[in-house]
Amino acid sequence: MVEIAAAQPLLALDEPQGAEPRSYWTTVADRLRRDRVTIGVAIVLLLIIALAIFAPWAATHDPLQGSVLGRLKPVGTPGHLLGTDETGRDIWSRLVYGGRLSLICGITPVLLATLMGGTLGLVAGIGSRVINMLVMRVVDVFYAFPSVLLAIAICGVIGAGIGNTILSLTIVFIAPIVRVTESLATQVKSRDFVEAARASAAPLPAIIRQQILPNVLGGMLVYATSLVSISIIISAGLSFLGLGVTPPNPEWGLMLNALRQAIFVNPVVAALPGVAILITSLCFNLLSDGLRSAMDIKLPS
Amino acid sequence: MIAMARFILLRLLHTVLILFGVSIVAFGLIHLIPGNPLDILLPPEAPKEVVERLKVEFGFDKPLYVQYLAWLGRVLSGNLGTSVFTGLQVTGELLNALGNTLVLAVPAALLGFSLGTTLGTLAAFNHGKALDKVFSVIAILGLSMPHYWLGIALVVVFAVIWPVLPAAGMGGTGGLPTSWEELRCLVLPVVTLSMIPMGVIGRLVRSTVLEVISQEFPTALEAKGLRRGRIVFHVLKNAAPPALAVMGLQLGYLVGGSILVETVFNWPGSGQFMNLAIFRRDIPVLQGTVVVLASFFVLINLMVDVVQALIDPRMRR
Repeated sequence: MVEIAAAQPLLALDEPQGAEPRSYWTTVADRLRRDRVTIGVAIVLLLIIALAIFAPWAATHDPLQGSVLGRLKPVGTPGHLLGTDETGRDIWSRLVYGGRLSLICGITPVLLATLMGGTLGLVAGIGSRVINMLVMRVVDVFYAFPSVLLAIAICGVIGAGIGNTILSLTIVFIAPIVRVTESLATQVKSRDFVEAARASAAPLPAIIRQQILPNVLGGMLVYATSLVSISIIISAGLSFLGLGVTPPNPEWGLMLNALRQAIFVNPVVAALPGVAILITSLCFNLLSDGLRSAMDIKLPS
Repeated sequence: MIAMARFILLRLLHTVLILFGVSIVAFGLIHLIPGNPLDILLPPEAPKEVVERLKVEFGFDKPLYVQYLAWLGRVLSGNLGTSVFTGLQVTGELLNALGNTLVLAVPAALLGFSLGTTLGTLAAFNHGKALDKVFSVIAILGLSMPHYWLGIALVVVFAVIWPVLPAAGMGGTGGLPTSWEELRCLVLPVVTLSMIPMGVIGRLVRSTVLEVISQEFPTALEAKGLRRGRIVFHVLKNAAPPALAVMGLQLGYLVGGSILVETVFNWPGSGQFMNLAIFRRDIPVLQGTVVVLASFFVLINLMVDVVQALIDPRMRR
């Protein structure tokens, strides 16, 4: 009984008539393989992450070592392909190293918030009415703060730094993730295959693991991927305000702020860190869109 | 009618509860750091008797819930306290700053919403065609744009390379723009702020309109011989409620999250007011700004819910 119920996918699939029924994930993988935009985006993202991880090899200069004579060189200067910043440090090397902090500060909060918020959302979705009400009313309060406002207020109080940036963004993202997970879980809970598993006296942990989780994870993945895009923009924004990563660490938002003074001298170089933020955040948004259409998921708004 | 009254009453009750929670968070914020809030304000070498006197003066010697209730009582009567740094009344200064923020946020919202709705509707009615694809690119760029960077880029293009617009400031004493110069100051920050709502609303309208078109009634209206303009009207009316809900959220984000764009354009709004408070460690200003901005956001959402219920009876659950 449990096996039969577990095999039921949440979504209707376009299976060819008379063929062997294919598993949901095979279909998703097939659709992804045919989606050239998403494949391209995934390759670009892997490249950005690889550059950040292997920064010591990808960088051509020391990201912290400047030279008074070589300040604000334009793009295309021999030896400094993307120019130099206000203290003569190589922009390419700083962008590559900066990717480390920007990606860590963008991705970690979403991972942490998905773990905590996802668990809370599942508990609220599956649990009794009282538990649901307790969790969701608290979440409503945090959801009542615009995300940028809450992130800035928390960081403003606990102070700048990498750890504090991650902490404040985690707090900000828990509430929206709980809301999405709770509503996905509530939808799945009322479906026939869960009823069937219940009727067959399957233990609750088994129902959660075999029926509910597989049908909630896809939606959570799509949502979390789009949150990474927002997280990268806000965390770079915090550094831009002087509330996130502290100098002289290379980080895209921080670089953008430092180079602001140079927009009259060398506007193209000053714009480069923003381009890095834009490309990365665009990739995560496109990846989220690609996964959403491949999994045929409709997120609750 | 009774359903509507019941709906509004329930939503009001819910809103009061949320506002209560919001006030606890805004007040509790400064207690996220261990120790006494005065320790951050005062230099470590401050004499002990001064610290003790200030503690009593600010009420930090009382238990936390007493401090909270006293603060809440004052906030409810419209008194947000005085700035530790300037000695000025927070309420008056904040209202001024909030006014300046609204001067940016309202036009930005109107621009973003109308562009998003128009482009999203056009894209949906031309589903799969070139126009639809171009729009998808524009919309996702708007979503993924670090808007503070877009602000800098616009300044570079329209104030440095081709100097036709002012790079920063309000051009006057604040408040509603009264001169041509002040209006010109609005252009770049308003365009910058409108990008995200344009992208979000555009994508939402496109997908909602596509969903409505796939229902049976538009075909029926077409078969009935209704003019195309009227059909579009009926489709949009059905697509409006979800878009309205998100517009409320977006307007709230514009007001509450304007701090980054205000920094780029040196705009004396509520965001900059709060930023200043953070760097001056001005606790009453920080608490006051957070509680007012968040309450504003909650009240916008309440209004949106009521408007939604007026348009669509199904919402009056």
